[in-house]
Amino acid sequence: MSFKTLMLAASATAMIAAGASAETLRWARAGDALTLDPHAQNEGPTSAMAHQIMETLVMRDHSGALVPSLATEWAPSEENPNVWVFKLREGVTFHDGAEFDSEDVVFSLNRAMTPDSDYKELLASVKEVRAPDKFTVEIETDGPNPIMPNNLTNMFMMDKGWAEANNAVKVQDYEGGEDTFAAKNANGTGPYKLVSREPDVKTVLAANETYWGKDEFPLQVTEIVYTPIQNAATRVAALLSGEVDFIQDVPVQDLERVAGTDGLDVRTAPQNRVIFFGMNMGDADLTSDSVDGKNPLADVRVRQAMSKAINRDAIQQVVMRGQSAPAGMISPPFVNGWDADMDASSSTDIEGAKALMAEAGYPDGFSLTLNCPNDRYINDEAICQAAVGMLAQIGITVNLDAKPKAQHFPLINNLETDFYMLGWGVPTYDSEYIFNFLVHSKGEKYGSWNGTRYSNPELDSKIVALASETDLPARDQQIGDIWQVVQDEQLYIPIHHQVLNWGMKSGVGTIVEPEDSPKIKYFEMN
Amino acid sequence: MFAYIVRRMFQSVIVLLVVGLVAFSMFRFVGDPIDNMLGQERTQADIDRLRTELGLDQPFVVQYAKFLQGAVQGNFGVSYRQGRPVSTILVERAPATLELAFVSGFLAITMGIALGVFTAIRRQGIAANVIMTVSLIGVSLPTFLIGILLIYVFSVELDLLPSFGRGETVMIGSWSTGFLTASGLKALILPAITLGLYQMTLIMRLVRSEMLEVLRADYVRFARARGLSDRVINFRHALKNTLVPVITITGLQLGSIIAFAIITETVFQWPGVGLLFINAIQFVDIPVMAAYLMLISVMFVTINLIVDLLYYAIDPRLRVDARAT
Repeated sequence: MSFKTLMLAASATAMIAAGASAETLRWARAGDALTLDPHAQNEGPTSAMAHQIMETLVMRDHSGALVPSLATEWAPSEENPNVWVFKLREGVTFHDGAEFDSEDVVFSLNRAMTPDSDYKELLASVKEVRAPDKFTVEIETDGPNPIMPNNLTNMFMMDKGWAEANNAVKVQDYEGGEDTFAAKNANGTGPYKLVSREPDVKTVLAANETYWGKDEFPLQVTEIVYTPIQNAATRVAALLSGEVDFIQDVPVQDLERVAGTDGLDVRTAPQNRVIFFGMNMGDADLTSDSVDGKNPLADVRVRQAMSKAINRDAIQQVVMRGQSAPAGMISPPFVNGWDADMDASSSTDIEGAKALMAEAGYPDGFSLTLNCPNDRYINDEAICQAAVGMLAQIGITVNLDAKPKAQHFPLINNLETDFYMLGWGVPTYDSEYIFNFLVHSKGEKYGSWNGTRYSNPELDSKIVALASETDLPARDQQIGDIWQVVQDEQLYIPIHHQVLNWGMKSGVGTIVEPEDSPKIKYFEMN
Repeated sequence: MFAYIVRRMFQSVIVLLVVGLVAFSMFRFVGDPIDNMLGQERTQADIDRLRTELGLDQPFVVQYAKFLQGAVQGNFGVSYRQGRPVSTILVERAPATLELAFVSGFLAITMGIALGVFTAIRRQGIAANVIMTVSLIGVSLPTFLIGILLIYVFSVELDLLPSFGRGETVMIGSWSTGFLTASGLKALILPAITLGLYQMTLIMRLVRSEMLEVLRADYVRFARARGLSDRVINFRHALKNTLVPVITITGLQLGSIIAFAIITETVFQWPGVGLLFINAIQFVDIPVMAAYLMLISVMFVTINLIVDLLYYAIDPRLRVDARAT
């Protein structure tokens, strides 16, 4: 027995001795929650933290299905198709003892719709939120909105009285120069209470003794100590040395090391995020290419040839070390509208691609600049480097321009890139969300992430019509039709679906959630 | 003397203003904070609204003027990343960096001088040669690699010291200190070595070469002829005379220890201002970046001023010159 195993065994024994009734979970991740204000930042680590302390009306279980949380049932109103009626759970209290009722829901949703909120677009169709009685809430939308509840899975409920008493009615903003009380304090109905918080250093939560779901969920963790550890090597070292029990982002190159260590496990699941390339197909001429007076990307044959040239299996095996699922469409698999046939990645076909290039009038290819982030997605820059080599095989000389995300994303938003990498997650689990942001023509309200300059008014009106189509089978049919156009036009070049890797002590039992947002109340500690 | 100080202060203010101007002209090359601040669902209208609200649509000179206007009133704005006043965040973070810098500076000076003297006196010894060779590694290995190596050896393999963080801290007023708890002291060891190693080897090599030079000087030979013991010669006469350049370098290096704590703090997740600055760059948190850069330049300018004034006090020739002119 080596010295290290001995130490591990010793520390394991010590932990078993200490932790019969009180179970502490030491949890680390690259980033910290930016704020505790539940409506200020719609961002992964921020809402993951909020989910421990606060709750939403409806939530998703591990499979992605909507399940009751603070609302016990919900349905469209029988009198008015524009209204959704939510029945609230009775007997729920906030951490400070205040009772949870419909007034809090009206307050919280209205707060989430104010201009400083990061969640207002998800509620853009909401006209009014009403409380007909103490435990009923009605949400009226501009027109019928069949997937309204899908938008509520990250809408956290605050206590109206607490917010008013602590001057936290307004979502935190950047102008006042004042600390918002809600940014550093929290009062929710959730399974854990805030004990202490030092931003970017440590957040400690303790189990809520009066939680309504005490008997419904395992709730075996009685204390959570959350520490952001930014440097990947340090994060893995902290797990290996037993200083933390659970890290959310194991770098792919360290997976074998962690999995091969006694007492540690890696658990893997597909993530709700697809990685793809976008192309400028709308402009008459490109600035970054070698073709004068013409836009080669405007020709669908060129786009198809580029897609055929990408060897997705090689990227999966070599760049991602097996940790990805090659993709054929830009939708994660759990999303309504996802289609197994469409997502079956198109097989690599260099000869076919060359033929298409010749047919389109570019037998000798052309050159083009690819803009790529280098700190946003897993191995993003390496994927782009691989693509450069693959596209060279059909004569397309790609100049790679990799930048930090803070410089990369403005290129897409300001339409300054002709060929770019982007990743997309779908919090509503419905294709409409993808279409609204990535397929609809770029404008004030829609298409804000569509950097392709693609504009198809007929398709646009179909996308807008989805929002109020209440006949669900007909709606699914329309979604399928829109996807067919997206695929035929080769609007994007899908690469793969990302995979999540959670590393943890062997005794920690949990299922990896596709949103990368662990809900500690489900964790079992053995 | 007074006129000299006033003149130097005036120069310092100009340096600060120029640093700020250059910093603000660079910020737009760091990226655009808007995307980090708004969620994935933001529309073009949101982007435009927030840009106007933050004044990011203004030329950088206007943004700089606005920053200065707030800064002279002690208001450095609100962090885009945390949504809290920058001054509050800086006050929270400063103790971690200052304590780390203090410990590594202390290590660097004591160890550097001791080893420097040792290698100078035992110039031919095996130990001295080993130390000199190892110190080359200290100078040439990048900080982050040293940090990772130390973590690997002392945290992962030996399980002796923590790999990240500050351990338990105790609040004394608004100052959080790690000096008073066992875990706090343990957590200091690896980062302090990582941060101070370069400075230590630098001081050691400087002391060694100065010592070698002084030991060859006439007055040392006379001291020997007088029959003084080696101890007295080495420490009373030789070491004292090597310290003048060492003090200069140490003063300047103290500034860089604080400024270059960035990398060490990132490797060890040390919650100081360096880590804050790295996060600010990734997020394009302009108020934090601006405040940090101004703070660091104030520090360097002050250290330089103090060093200059110390010269004035130490070296009689400077005073004579000033009187003559």
